[in-house]
Amino acid sequence: MADFNSGDQVPELRVTPDKYLPHRYAGASGDFNPIHIDPEFAQAVGLPSNILHGLYSMGLVARANTTLAGGDPRALKRLSVQFRGMGMPEQEIVVTGTVKAAEDGRVVVDTVASQGDSQIIKNAEAEIEL
Amino acid sequence: MTLKTDAVGKEWAPVTYQVGREKIKEYATALGIDNPVHFDVEAARTAGFRDVVAPPMFTVVYSGPALGPVLFDPEVEMNFAAMVHGGQEFEWEEPVCSGDEIVTTPKCLEIYEKDGKGFYVFETTSVNQNGEQVVRAVWTNIVRGV
Repeated sequence: MADFNSGDQVPELRVTPDKYLPHRYAGASGDFNPIHIDPEFAQAVGLPSNILHGLYSMGLVARANTTLAGGDPRALKRLSVQFRGMGMPEQEIVVTGTVKAAEDGRVVVDTVASQGDSQIIKNAEAEIEL
Repeated sequence: MTLKTDAVGKEWAPVTYQVGREKIKEYATALGIDNPVHFDVEAARTAGFRDVVAPPMFTVVYSGPALGPVLFDPEVEMNFAAMVHGGQEFEWEEPVCSGDEIVTTPKCLEIYEKDGKGFYVFETTSVNQNGEQVVRAVWTNIVRGV
């Protein structure tokens, strides 16, 4: 297990959700809100097209932080996020993070999920236990 | 317009969810998580779990349904057409494994107005069949133009 120090950049996670990912995530999560799976419905309510589930993007933030902790699903103790820009299918999501604090086996990581110039999750704070 | 805040402090009926291996597999696959502890019983047991273990964010699968009736409660009176999911926090404790029975209880923490937006903050707490807390969640929904 690597040592973590305040200010360290953590490894990036890059994922490009395919066109049908929102359908699979809807099935997996039980959230069938049509803004996520129906482009025509989404456009009718003023969105550019169907958008990713915010909790899917948050799931990627959780995945990145769990990987950072060595993969043990028990390691992630807390995750707090704010949803901002809309996430779109078929565009690469880049999850990046910076260690904010590290002591006594507890590491706090500031995490951001972006698509191009758009931050879709910001002010994400993850607390992992090593 | 003044926001209706009657629901602050209200608790709703608990919702029970039975955790299964195939659902954990489906969730982990959608998120691109490939750790065998989410797919293979032997790998999970070797790692010290009772059975196939859920990724932390699987929380949305068992605690999300408890919020359905809350969002539609006339006492909450939330304008769905203008609602966005503004923020989310989870604090995890006991891991959730296949075979667990998770009971989730929702509560309204706060309803307030700020910068012309309505903030609706709900909490869910989830416990397993042994009475151990598995997660506490805070869900913040924002309604534009109240």
